[in-house]
Amino acid sequence: MMHPAARRIWGLMYRHLALYRRSWPRLLELAYWPVLQMCIWGFTARFLATRMGSTAVLAGATLLGGVLLWEVALRSQMGVAISFLEEMWSRNLGHVFVSPMRPWELVAALILMSVIRMMAGVAPAILVAWLLYAYNLFALGPIVVLFFINLMIMGWSVALGVVSLILRHGAGAEALAWSVLFGLTPFSAVFYPIAVLPKVMQPFALALPSAHVFEGMRAVLLDGEIRWDHLIAAFALNAVWLAGAALLFSRQFRQARLRGALMSIGE
Amino acid sequence: MDAIRVHNLTKRYGETLAVDDIGFTVRSGATVGLLGGNGAGKTTTIAMLLGLLIPTAGAIEVLGRDMARDRFAALARMNFSSPYVSLPQRLSVAENLRVYGHLYNVANLERRITELAAELDLGELLDRPAGKLSAGQKTRVALAKALINRPELLLLDEPTASLDPDTGDWVRTWLERYRDESGCTILLASHNMAEVERLCSYVLMLKQGRIVDRGSPQELLDRYGREDMEEVFLDIARNRGRAHARAPA
Repeated sequence: MMHPAARRIWGLMYRHLALYRRSWPRLLELAYWPVLQMCIWGFTARFLATRMGSTAVLAGATLLGGVLLWEVALRSQMGVAISFLEEMWSRNLGHVFVSPMRPWELVAALILMSVIRMMAGVAPAILVAWLLYAYNLFALGPIVVLFFINLMIMGWSVALGVVSLILRHGAGAEALAWSVLFGLTPFSAVFYPIAVLPKVMQPFALALPSAHVFEGMRAVLLDGEIRWDHLIAAFALNAVWLAGAALLFSRQFRQARLRGALMSIGE
Repeated sequence: MDAIRVHNLTKRYGETLAVDDIGFTVRSGATVGLLGGNGAGKTTTIAMLLGLLIPTAGAIEVLGRDMARDRFAALARMNFSSPYVSLPQRLSVAENLRVYGHLYNVANLERRITELAAELDLGELLDRPAGKLSAGQKTRVALAKALINRPELLLLDEPTASLDPDTGDWVRTWLERYRDESGCTILLASHNMAEVERLCSYVLMLKQGRIVDRGSPQELLDRYGREDMEEVFLDIARNRGRAHARAPA
């Protein structure tokens, strides 16, 4: 017998999984961008390697690693935000919020759906990298799992921020679900070290968990070294980001109940 | 025992007073109508009873639970249906019922879905997407969703809006039978006065956020000296108020 909270979380996940079961274009869409990105940057890296030799091979490896790992953050963020938007578009939130489902259970269901969506999107891209370019992300070692975890948590934090803005501003904030994390890409040092950024931007980059993950990835790839300092910083920053996002969500959810926004959200 | 107790309930949006210091109780097993024109405060009141909206002032107790502190315990024992809140359109009827069965932690869910399909004549619709149904079929599915957890309290917001007379009558007959068999308490917001007269044992008349009159449909008809509830509604809506009420003998 499943615990009632687990059952409610499963109920909301079932609602999304049932949609995927009956729609192959939805499944295809999950993998489309990650695979496309991998193809574009993979061939670019290969071209540079043929022209510029071993230095470019190493640069290509950091490029592909960056592309794949950044997709983890992007897909995790979009997974939460788009699952919430799907509830909003189907005007189903009214029923969900008058059921015994607690707000934290809703968030848990959205996060678990984002893990499934992220895996369905990133796994084919990892496979394409391996098949087309003989690039094995997992050659980085078990540390890659910690990179994944950090980037997923960061994606969820940003998504909770986006959901909070949707609760506050309604459909007007929808576009953020697709765009907000792209805005953080330059500061996340995905393809270059933080040191490359202008001094004034570096503190902002250092406040992002993702920048520490990518510094760590480059340390493994280029120097064969695990930078625990960056990993610890990433986990610590994620704890702060997630706590902040949870607080913001909780506050905006209460505000939405005060303003009556839950009755009309999606209109 | 009372299924609903509302004390000094107020909801204010900035300068607008949507619900103005109302109070009422609904006895367990009763069917109570919440009547009023557009903007009278019916939907706002229902939203506060469901915990969807936090009141500015006042207290709500539903099924013995304080909605400000313990709303989830009450929400598990009640349910809601409105033609203005959709179910996911791309999911089949059975999938929709499964989703809500899980959210309400319904035991023997597949058996419950089969029961509801038989009671509401949904057998042939179970595998069809909810978005492909007619208005009447959608209403039956919405009722099935609202009954999935065998609620002790059912809140219905205009349950027969946009239905043809035949389907509307079918829904009203079904609700009467269900209430008599289950003992469920029903709070019904409606613009259909014939529906209110037929289903409700007690009526709360709302206007500009206030309860301006209350009583059984017969009491209200007698008080206003009218033949049907539609005329009573118009008296209240057009400020004829109790001027038309018959002088006491």
